[in-house]
Amino acid sequence: MSTAHAQMETKWWSGGKSPFNVEYGKLMMWYFLMSDAFTFGAFLISYGTIRFSQNYWPDPNEVFNAFPLAGHANLPLAFVSLMTFILIVSSVTMVLAVHAGHKNDKQGVIKWMIWTVIGGIAFLSCQAWEWTHLITGDHSVLINGEIKQMGTTVSMNPWGPAANVSGVDGGHVTTPGPVAFGGYFFGITGFHGFHVLSGVGINIVMLIMAINGTFERKGHYWMIEKAGLYWHFVDLVWVFVFLCFYLI
Amino acid sequence: MEHSVKEVTFHHEPGGDEFVKKVIKTTVLLSVITIIELGLGLLMYAVPMASALVLFIKGVIVILSLAKAFYIVGVFMHLGEELKNLIMTIVLPLLLFVWFIAAFLYEGNSWKNLRNTYKGTPAVTAPAEQHVEGKH
Repeated sequence: MSTAHAQMETKWWSGGKSPFNVEYGKLMMWYFLMSDAFTFGAFLISYGTIRFSQNYWPDPNEVFNAFPLAGHANLPLAFVSLMTFILIVSSVTMVLAVHAGHKNDKQGVIKWMIWTVIGGIAFLSCQAWEWTHLITGDHSVLINGEIKQMGTTVSMNPWGPAANVSGVDGGHVTTPGPVAFGGYFFGITGFHGFHVLSGVGINIVMLIMAINGTFERKGHYWMIEKAGLYWHFVDLVWVFVFLCFYLI
Repeated sequence: MEHSVKEVTFHHEPGGDEFVKKVIKTTVLLSVITIIELGLGLLMYAVPMASALVLFIKGVIVILSLAKAFYIVGVFMHLGEELKNLIMTIVLPLLLFVWFIAAFLYEGNSWKNLRNTYKGTPAVTAPAEQHVEGKH
């Protein structure tokens, strides 16, 4: 390939060239994403530290087993799998938007950006449902010899070890679990969700600029590429959030 | 292609349909890995097993997730096509995570062990401490 040949021959640091062969904005996007990776990494490692310091930690298969309109069916991880696939697919449509941009294909960019925005909104809607279900879904918990109803919030965790009482209404009674569970779950998935929200905002701006022909006049679609990097990063972070909160 | 920037940059080839095929292949791969991960997760839930085996399966899931991350960064984000120096300025700092994870998880585990073996606050003076010890 001629590009590869040119790269081999070039003295990148002799001046007059971009030593990394990328445009400034794209390079800075990469460095921003690296710093953001450290932020997410710090959160997840903090979560891991607290989890390792506890004798008991809730089983994600028991906590995340609900599905919209499925009533009380026990469907462990089904809904979060759907969310994962939505995010993977929206990442793919973003790749295709960037690819259309490389070919200066305006209609292609618009089409794939619309799908990407829809994917992002679908993911956020799923997360909104999941949070609502966790916060409002009451569970019987034994506290000081009394059975109380509580949902999962940053200060309450009903997902502790099973309590040794004869079940009330045949329900499953537990003791309170480690309080840190809700704080970390809502904190980290919320921080990720906020990234998705801002990503959807950025993608909508990119879509409007593409429709208005801003990139066509510039002669290139590099902005789509940078927005794409951010969007893929959001997907990348979800891989690890999914791993740490739902799988292990 | 003429650019507004003065610096010389060599643009990556668009790739055409070959690239779209690669994207589809990667998508299938990511989905299959995710399904395998879910299968392993449900296996741990459904089948009672020794804790060493659970730990091993969790390790496998972590490695599969790292593979997913590699494909997202390499194919979707095109990092593999950048110059090696650029790749290194991003990848090398991330190696700090190796130490972060090892050190902090060790620390968390240590807290647990200390708490579990904690026998109450030792008395201030030496004779009193002996007295407390005697009671045990």
